[in-house]
Amino acid sequence: MDALLHYFTQPQNYLPLIFILVIVAVLPLLAGYVVLMERKIMADMQARLGPMRVGPHGLLQPLADAVKLLIKEDIIPEEADKVVFLLAPLISVTAAMTAYAAIPFGPGFQIAEMNIGILFILAVSSMGIFGIVLAGWASNNHYSLLGALRGAAQVVSYEVAAGLAVVTAVLLAGTLSTRQLVMAQISEQTGTGYWFIFLAPVAFFIFVVASVAETNRAPFDLPEAESELVAGYMTEYSGFRWSIFFLAEYAAMIVVASLATILFLGGWSRPFANTRVFDFMDYAPPVLLGGFGLYCLYRLLKQPAAWQKLVMLIFGGILLLLAAAVALPLTGLQLGSVSVAGWKPAIHGGFWFVAKVVAYLYFFMWIRFTFPRYRFDQLMRLGWHFLIPVSLVNIFAVAGGLIIHRQQQVGLEVAMFFATLVTLAAALLFAWLAERRPPAHAVENEF
Amino acid sequence: MADTRTTDFPNVTQTVLGADELILNMGPQHPSTHGVLRVKLRMDGERITGTECIIGYLHRGVEKIAEHRSYPQFAPYVDRMDYVAAVSNGLGYCEAVEKLMGAEAPPRARVVRTILTELQRIASHLLWLGTHALDIGALTPLFYCFREREEILKIFEKYCGARLTTHAFRIGGLLYETYDGFEEDVKRFCNDFANRVDEYETLLTSNRIWLERTKGVGIISAADAIAIGATGPVVRASGLKWDIRKAMPYAAYDQFEFDIPTGKTGDTYDRYLVRMEEMRQSRRICLQAVDNIPTGPIMAKVGKVLKPPVGEVYHSIEAPKGELGYYIVSDGTTQPYRVRVRPPSFINLQALDQMARGCLVADIVAIIGTLDIVLGEVDR
Repeated sequence: MDALLHYFTQPQNYLPLIFILVIVAVLPLLAGYVVLMERKIMADMQARLGPMRVGPHGLLQPLADAVKLLIKEDIIPEEADKVVFLLAPLISVTAAMTAYAAIPFGPGFQIAEMNIGILFILAVSSMGIFGIVLAGWASNNHYSLLGALRGAAQVVSYEVAAGLAVVTAVLLAGTLSTRQLVMAQISEQTGTGYWFIFLAPVAFFIFVVASVAETNRAPFDLPEAESELVAGYMTEYSGFRWSIFFLAEYAAMIVVASLATILFLGGWSRPFANTRVFDFMDYAPPVLLGGFGLYCLYRLLKQPAAWQKLVMLIFGGILLLLAAAVALPLTGLQLGSVSVAGWKPAIHGGFWFVAKVVAYLYFFMWIRFTFPRYRFDQLMRLGWHFLIPVSLVNIFAVAGGLIIHRQQQVGLEVAMFFATLVTLAAALLFAWLAERRPPAHAVENEF
Repeated sequence: MADTRTTDFPNVTQTVLGADELILNMGPQHPSTHGVLRVKLRMDGERITGTECIIGYLHRGVEKIAEHRSYPQFAPYVDRMDYVAAVSNGLGYCEAVEKLMGAEAPPRARVVRTILTELQRIASHLLWLGTHALDIGALTPLFYCFREREEILKIFEKYCGARLTTHAFRIGGLLYETYDGFEEDVKRFCNDFANRVDEYETLLTSNRIWLERTKGVGIISAADAIAIGATGPVVRASGLKWDIRKAMPYAAYDQFEFDIPTGKTGDTYDRYLVRMEEMRQSRRICLQAVDNIPTGPIMAKVGKVLKPPVGEVYHSIEAPKGELGYYIVSDGTTQPYRVRVRPPSFINLQALDQMARGCLVADIVAIIGTLDIVLGEVDR
């Protein structure tokens, strides 16, 4: 007993527990608000307003949706395999949420500091495929099974391309550890000092496309699209079970966005972290959060009902508290012996990480509402005939560039520039090859 | 491979590899069949080897009803056939009865009819574009198209009181005079619309995914289209330059300048381009017409009780979906002896089988969408 107490009072042991609790508790709520964000952004792009009724500006919509899903009847198909039917969504959501263990939200804000962090994230999030296939099988529905198999095939194919793009960033940093990857992009001594997206833009592009396909988002959402014949692996799930799948999908989206942020967008670093000229951007977080908070309070005055005013007050209050928290390190106060400025990397790091993830998610949503849907064979052709060959060439090009940089003393930027050119040439070649197919012609008439 | 075309479940035949053919029912309730259309697909794996359409879920006996209504009483019924383009239906019917009676609408009525019909063509094509894009997965054009369609429906509402089933025209001309500000509204809409069509084109026309989903999908050759009797954008996209507005002008179309867009391959992409260009040409007609509305009476002298002489007439117009024709037989009484409607959607739907052969299942929704069918017209 004493040993346990001694164990858990050490910061490195109780902090991860707290983080785990925070993530498990906060993530469903966060996913709900990401859904609201998606609906509002969808509405904005479609020239309309989106949810406005439930709470001021629809801010309580996620709570209403959660309550609705919880009180729905739990239907299990009669011939379905009960155990597997119950297990499938749990596998999906566990796989998605476990990946958060290796994601650093800021310096030191990581549940598990592993030296194989990236490998862990890729491996664990791939386990989500089991959830899809088992759900399709257990539903005892012909079309669910087909949709599940298609979804699994799609995820597996694009997982390869995404993994190969990840390898590029790992090559540049020389480590699989997520924390080291971010440090390689931040510090000028041990790393490059700027984000890998500038060194390996093709890899970033491949990762973006592959991540959209991996999370079954449009334009790669044929397995779950409503206007197609096959209804998708989630059909037979209703109410709370469906919301678990939904949570798994949005958690996976956030994981993939976090992965892109760590690998290519510099993790928790401020844009232009090493350039003194851009130090004014340090004031961006408090200004943004504070401005948004004040706007919420301003809108509070326009709300007709008291409970709506309360909701806006809560939101505005939270935002202002966050703004204060973010502004604190900039003030240079001294609390006793602790200098507040020392907290800056942690607090601002958290802000910038979240901001980049949100920007990436916005990009996901932008793509979803702009493009039509790929047909399944076109989707697979894109993955296998284009993305995988290009990412393979990219790995060789980047590796070659690194060798030239190290042995011939050529600058890294120059080497990477030429590597990018080589990859782009290969991309054009593969695109042309993938486009070649026999020209379509009319079927002979039978009249 | 045997090709049975019975109305019962066809015998399941053996495909080349010895596997059974799969029969998939795209039931009357389906988000993408644009109404209550039932399509039975015969598939070899993913490829479609045959289709069978089962229609009649929206049959209301409109042609039978016509035999028991007087000519003016029947006019509201025709709106409900192609409910997406009600004004065109009304134009065809009123002009057919006028032809039967030997009457002619006065020039002012003809020009206003032209304007309203072209606005209706734009509205119908906008709805087609929105739903077609939605079926293929583009979620946003639907809302943009409906935003423009809303403007047109507002004009209709101001003119005749209804947005959808307008009953805008009367036999012999118009009932309502154009309202104050009609010309301004039409001009304002036309001026805004030019940019909007370009907006839709930006979203779709050179979009890689749209091209992959629509190019080479659902091809029908001009010869086959003519053999089926397809008309409208379906046959124009296959290369045939046939438009009744130019071939046998009616209303005031001979007074205005406009082009007939045609396509080359007859695939879904060409039909899309043809309809987009038709929207632009309709806007052109509206702009010309709205500046040149002649003054004068809006109703011909046809008398209160309509009793056309004994005889028959077939009159067709270029509706947004194709050639909409009315064959009316009169026996000299106030009620027609027979009204037969030539529904363009019904005849174009025959092309579905031809277009769907060899395509994948996911293309069916694109093909049904590109035919631009309205079940109200298919079934009547």
